[in-house]
Amino acid sequence: MELIKEPWPWYVSGPCIAITMFLLLYFGRTFGMSSNLRTMCAMGGAGKYSEFFKFDWKSQKWNLTVVIGAIVGGFIAHFFLSNPTDISLSTETIKDLHELGFKNVGNSLLPPELFAWKNVLTLKGIAILLVGGFLVGFGTRYAGGCTSGHAITGLSSLQLPSLIAVIGFFIGGLIMIHLIFPILF
Amino acid sequence: MKNFLKFFLVGIFFGIVLVKSEAVSWYRIFEMFKFQSFHMYGIIGSAVFTGVILLLIAKKKHLKTTQGTYLRVPPKDNGLIRYIVGGSIFGLGWALSGACPGPMYILVGTGVFSMLIVIAAALAGTFVYGILKRKLPH
Repeated sequence: MELIKEPWPWYVSGPCIAITMFLLLYFGRTFGMSSNLRTMCAMGGAGKYSEFFKFDWKSQKWNLTVVIGAIVGGFIAHFFLSNPTDISLSTETIKDLHELGFKNVGNSLLPPELFAWKNVLTLKGIAILLVGGFLVGFGTRYAGGCTSGHAITGLSSLQLPSLIAVIGFFIGGLIMIHLIFPILF
Repeated sequence: MKNFLKFFLVGIFFGIVLVKSEAVSWYRIFEMFKFQSFHMYGIIGSAVFTGVILLLIAKKKHLKTTQGTYLRVPPKDNGLIRYIVGGSIFGLGWALSGACPGPMYILVGTGVFSMLIVIAAALAGTFVYGILKRKLPH
């Protein structure tokens, strides 16, 4: 039990993610988290505005169930299966983030500078979350998948489109962190 | 209900794994794009490695799904622009918000309710894509 409460090493976590993918394939479905965003748009009546949302969203209830499970899993892991330990980030990362103005780096899962309400409710704070989320929602649908659909499922099945998409993920991520962050923070 | 239970349990497992691996952490994503730790590469690399092996075994054994069909991954559509451009747009958002769609939901479970704003914005992004889809190169 104590071992579970420590952060899990990559060589345990990675195979566990592959098992998640495999179980969903075994149940005759696929592993894809961003598809749920489209399903939720369809549920909300987006079919009135675009053919893209005209599909039987009820056939995706299984995936929404995975989402609800994931939320519960996050709750269980965070409140019952974790010792309060700092994230063991590399010293360069901590130093770089300090230079960008982040404090107490790694004390929590997410930086309070971006996710604590008092910072969220500033113009810059809310803009970061809205722009970040919007790009994720737009980009994943344009690319037809996210980390789960392309990086894990697509690469595991040796599909070239997924490799191209993952290269795209890195182009975008590297531009954001290396070129835009220094201006933003 | 019984049908949904297995998906609920898979979701719980997935949520626990992503929190315990710290893959839901904004800091870990930053560190990954700075190439300052092997951690995230180890996670993704060992997931893909295990995935490749599991899929090869399934193929070799002609494993069937619980639906009675052969276990296979549906092929992605061919294309270039949508993957490179769409992927890059997603990458920008992933690095900025530190969360891809799985972790977004999971982080709400860890009590980060400001993530609901990110989810709402992601829904808006998906909606706008749906509206513009036919005008975009794929």
